[in-house]
Amino acid sequence: MTEALTHTDFKSDIKPVWCPGCGDFGVVNALTKALAKMELRPENVAVVSGIGCSSRIPAYTSCYGFHGVHGRALAAGTGLKIARPDLTVIVTGGDGDGYSIGGNHFLHACRRNVDMTYIVMDNRVYGMTKGQPSPTTEPDWDSKLSPDGTGLREFHPMVIALSSGANFIARAFTGDPNGLADVIVQAVRHPGFSFVEVLSPCVTFRPEQRDWKKIVKPDAIKPTSDIARAARRMLRDTGFDLGVLYAGNRKPYAPRGERANRDASVLEARFTL
Amino acid sequence: MQQTESPGAAPPPRHTSVSIALAGSGGAGVMTAGNMLLEAAAHAGYYALMTRSSGPQIRGGEAAAMIRISCRPAECMDDHFDVLAAVDWENVHRFGAEIPLGPTSLIVGDPDQGEPHEVFTRTGAALAQVALKKMAKGIPDGRPNMLLLGLVAALVGLPDEAVTRAVEKSLAKRPAALVPSLAAVAAGREAARTMPRAFPLQPPPPAATQRWLLTGNEAAGYGAIKGGVRFVAAYPITPATELLEWMSPALAEVGGTLVQAEDELASINMAIGGSYGGVPALTATSGPGLALMVESLGLAVASETPIVVVDVMRVGPSTGIPTKSEQGDLNIALYGLHGDAPHLVLAPNSVADCLRTTQWAVRLAESLQSPAIVLSDQFFGQTRAVIDRPAELAADAGAGRVVAEPNAAGYKRYAVTTNGVSPMAIPGTAGVTYTADGLEHGERGTPSSQGTDHLAQLDKRRRKLELADYGTLWADVEGDGDLAIITFGSCTGIVREGLARAHADGVKARLVSMRLLAPAQPARLAAALEGVRKIIVIEQNHTGQLFRHLRAEYDLPGKLTSLHRPGAMQFNPGDIHRHLIEWSRT
Repeated sequence: MTEALTHTDFKSDIKPVWCPGCGDFGVVNALTKALAKMELRPENVAVVSGIGCSSRIPAYTSCYGFHGVHGRALAAGTGLKIARPDLTVIVTGGDGDGYSIGGNHFLHACRRNVDMTYIVMDNRVYGMTKGQPSPTTEPDWDSKLSPDGTGLREFHPMVIALSSGANFIARAFTGDPNGLADVIVQAVRHPGFSFVEVLSPCVTFRPEQRDWKKIVKPDAIKPTSDIARAARRMLRDTGFDLGVLYAGNRKPYAPRGERANRDASVLEARFTL
Repeated sequence: MQQTESPGAAPPPRHTSVSIALAGSGGAGVMTAGNMLLEAAAHAGYYALMTRSSGPQIRGGEAAAMIRISCRPAECMDDHFDVLAAVDWENVHRFGAEIPLGPTSLIVGDPDQGEPHEVFTRTGAALAQVALKKMAKGIPDGRPNMLLLGLVAALVGLPDEAVTRAVEKSLAKRPAALVPSLAAVAAGREAARTMPRAFPLQPPPPAATQRWLLTGNEAAGYGAIKGGVRFVAAYPITPATELLEWMSPALAEVGGTLVQAEDELASINMAIGGSYGGVPALTATSGPGLALMVESLGLAVASETPIVVVDVMRVGPSTGIPTKSEQGDLNIALYGLHGDAPHLVLAPNSVADCLRTTQWAVRLAESLQSPAIVLSDQFFGQTRAVIDRPAELAADAGAGRVVAEPNAAGYKRYAVTTNGVSPMAIPGTAGVTYTADGLEHGERGTPSSQGTDHLAQLDKRRRKLELADYGTLWADVEGDGDLAIITFGSCTGIVREGLARAHADGVKARLVSMRLLAPAQPARLAAALEGVRKIIVIEQNHTGQLFRHLRAEYDLPGKLTSLHRPGAMQFNPGDIHRHLIEWSRT
């Protein structure tokens, strides 16, 4: 009988590179709390990420981590989970990594519905490259790269996730680590692809996001399995309504057709004259 | 084309190799007939290979099956075709360059379908007209393609039972088609008697080993599975798709999985993810896909994650000519990665060798925790060949992945070791968790921007590849003399045959076909070239990529010559023969 682990057992001794006050600290806290609450073991959990501030998370946990290339975290996580279905796979990243360079993988991860959890720390800015607009940035947000704003409509990750087939969709706030931990537990336990959009302020490049703690509406919504209802809510909400917006019943991805475990030499019959 | 002249006037000379092209418009069934002819040749005890060509239409365009039947292992097509047999002539002239004929050739056509194009008739080939369609109509449910099969099989002297067996096997799931097909084959055989020429083969030598019939793509897929691959992520691309389509059900039989990815960026990262999880993984693609994968190949180098990428090369750049072969991806395979990123590059040198080289690539990638690129090409991938059952790869050719023990004391994933290889912890193993990273890192895997860590890890990653023992598989070295030919991939079989002909003309040269292209093997190549005064490097691309690579990485003795030609047409043995004669005299 192994001893129960606490959330600190899921933290590594590496000091994060994040700025003081970064929302992502709250996500490490919530994630490690969630893993402890689920009574998982670090060696049976893999945290997979791409590139960006929030993508540094894997090394800050004591789990197996994979810090890959920009935008491809969901692909790496998908390969890992399909090859090793026994592992708990959690993919993490930011809005630029997930919605811009990795946007195609986001669509197809939702469609594929592999049983894993995707946590996006959305701060509506590229922080690691020091302040450029991301797909979720407001159209008039001024920056050096896009003076006077991009003029582009914001990407709506929740609606995209819903229409693409994600089986669990929630919005959470990093300022409430316990609430976020609860959502992560639900997301990991829900079969199929679970998507958690975490409002995670960038106090350096978007200092106005400090006010998010005043705007967010905890427990504003209750889960539904009705896609049309979920879509209406997502399209109408303020972007700060927290909770589980959708919990569906799609069967998670599984390889189709008959499977066997024979010796490779059986395949020679296909060539033998 | 090679004939062994018999003494006296009769009987007619018997051939050691005969080349046949079956052509017609889409739906005429020339591919079906071609596959049956190939299989019949195999049943009769011959070696054979078949390439195919079709028009630009996705479906229904003109098609040609090009078959060489030989008493000896056939690794390439011959210079000319002995027989061009067409069901009809619609757009078949587009294959003029691919189906060269000569004055000794025979054209078989149906007069009711028009006349063969001048591109064929101006060669001086004899023309024989057979009313294929009318004859087929006389047989209930008979089809002209089966008539052609019977006719051509008789021209080369394949025994009836070999043809019958091939037809029966092919139609096993369509028993109703069997009787009419065999009747049409018999009618074709009768029609062969009226032909002005025949091309009887010498009796085949007795088979020393079991024979297999497969494509290079299938051979590579099976080699991957034999090497241990149990996870494949894939995005369809010509001409690699068939490799993936073969592997999908094959993996399901042996406890593995194939997943279709949304693009090549995903497929390579899925494969890397699966391999990080401890399951040997592969993806297959062609040039455009490889180009998309190179960033992540760098990730596999830096994170030391084993992965195999089979690049079934086609004509590039860009979309190029997707259905034709070229050896133009050598540069990107060797040098495409950013930073100093040592990795493995291998090239099979025959359809059969696609099996062994891919298997070896998996073993090396696993042992050395490195990405391996396997440079196959369209010719290998889509050529169906009768081969001797390939020899088993030596058990010590790449020992497999070194993994960390649970709770190993002071575990460091990227420990700087003497041989450069450090044990890899597999998720699920307690007490040795770590984060694999594309960021430069220290020995534990902790990101580091220190030059000392960077240098230590660069050295480690280079050392593990340079210190590995690649044994004798690094190249196939044949022959002797003070001349040498260096080549790789699908040029090998062509060069081997061209050199054999040149040898009959007194040219003595060594042949070095390089299977391991990276890391470079300067000591081994120097030994192979000891005493050589002249070298010619032969490859199929526009700029002599192998030649330039050899000049950069090796001290080559003697006078150097580069012989290179881009796709879409491969060299043929006659081209090589002529070049070697000329080169040996200068």
